[in-house]
Amino acid sequence: MTGAVRTALGALGLLLAAYGGWLLLSRGHDLLGVATWLVAGVLLHDAVLAVVTVALGGLAVRLAPVALRAPLVVGFVVLGPLTLLAVPVLGRFGARADNPTLLDRDYTTGWLVLAGLTALAVAVAALVRSRSARR
Amino acid sequence: MRIPSDASFGSRLRSAAVTARVGLWLGICFGVCFATGLVSHYAQNAAHPVPFPASPAWGYRVTQGLHVVTGTAAVPLLLVKLWTVYPLLFRPPERGWRRLGVDLAERASIAVLVAAAVFQLATGLANSAQWYPWAFSFRSTHYAIAWVAVGALLLHVAVKLPVIRGALRADVDATAYDRPAATADGVLSRRGLLRATWLSAGVAVLATAGSTVPWLRQVSVLGVRSGDGPAGVPINKSAAAAGVTASATADDYLLTVADGDRSRTFTRADLLALPQASCTLPIACVEGWSASGVWTGVRVRDLLDLVGAPSGADVVVTSLQESGPYRTTRLHASFVEDDRTLLALSLAGEPLALDHGYPARIIAPNRPGVLQTKWVSRLEVAA
Repeated sequence: MTGAVRTALGALGLLLAAYGGWLLLSRGHDLLGVATWLVAGVLLHDAVLAVVTVALGGLAVRLAPVALRAPLVVGFVVLGPLTLLAVPVLGRFGARADNPTLLDRDYTTGWLVLAGLTALAVAVAALVRSRSARR
Repeated sequence: MRIPSDASFGSRLRSAAVTARVGLWLGICFGVCFATGLVSHYAQNAAHPVPFPASPAWGYRVTQGLHVVTGTAAVPLLLVKLWTVYPLLFRPPERGWRRLGVDLAERASIAVLVAAAVFQLATGLANSAQWYPWAFSFRSTHYAIAWVAVGALLLHVAVKLPVIRGALRADVDATAYDRPAATADGVLSRRGLLRATWLSAGVAVLATAGSTVPWLRQVSVLGVRSGDGPAGVPINKSAAAAGVTASATADDYLLTVADGDRSRTFTRADLLALPQASCTLPIACVEGWSASGVWTGVRVRDLLDLVGAPSGADVVVTSLQESGPYRTTRLHASFVEDDRTLLALSLAGEPLALDHGYPARIIAPNRPGVLQTKWVSRLEVAA
């Protein structure tokens, strides 16, 4: 039963992916551009983001007091992806002088507020942890 | 620096028990993105073998809002999921030709999945901020890679199904599917990491969704739009960008309504003298932002009646724009025949702002904003 489900699911997956590939190849796309972005995405994650994350983790374990570690990790899990998500708006790359309704917030301040709130929550959690550990 | 092996990663947080739980929600997000993306793609197609419904008026606003919200939530989910499986990248290849072949095929399918997933999230995010650092067409490429991503995802689920089922049925702290090296306690518990992940996805959504959910506007400090604009509605393309400032404000502006060889022309004053209708309808853009407004103008159906156009035909809408893929759009019969489809002349009681499509624009329920043609110069029944 499970075997049949897996085979059907796998075959369907192959079919859909092949359809996507055919769409890509048959519609006159800028294939080099698409391929560059596809490969760059994987490299940027596997060779940069993941490595930086591991390095930061190692640094935190070495330098941070025990009570701070868990809150620090939670803070990083929240603020890290959020910062990546904010790259297009922080950089305002799509802003246009003729359209003041687009990218019309102060994103730097917004990000600083979010980062500040995260830092505050991390600090409070670390304080609570160190107090309860002393008791 | 040495290349690590999978034994270099000892944390028991990097476990299939965590991967499967995060993956479940990531899969749901990708599923919603795919389904809502298909709706959006179909809505933008010129040919509609099955008519796209004009109701509910807020339909596209909800599907496209969900598309961007689930795509946003998928970013932290994908990053945490990849973190949990990162050591597998460094596992030694299988021995023996047959097993090596299977191993390589699986690695290749994962590479395709990760590449497609990252591509979709990165290009989607950039598009929502109208940032196009590439030469390819966003819409057709995002559409093609979506099929690749969903196909590779289904294949991945098929391969991993026994692990997924086993891991989800067992306690989150069970070790049945752990790598032998993954025994060291993490800084967090597995439950702690999962909660941090859900929190991260929630914060990401709250910080951005105000572009389409009005009551979140004050909270969404990273939203691509505050929701402000002329008459309380933001703008996607300005008159200056479309190159219509002169033609749209010219005294000799005329709207032509045509059906075959019958045609009539109207000045904006003529249009204002015709019976007016008002409707509250959203502008909902493919970029995921939306805003509701009260539009007033002439029903498109009433205009067509003035040239005796039959019912049930599509209408080709032409803009004053001189170029661009959306200079002409097709208003399908299901929208033409709807009483809420207007050639709008004013918004929120004010004459239409130039950037909102002055002298006249199309507004219809349940449609992508990019098809709500502005600066309309011609309505012609399609042959």
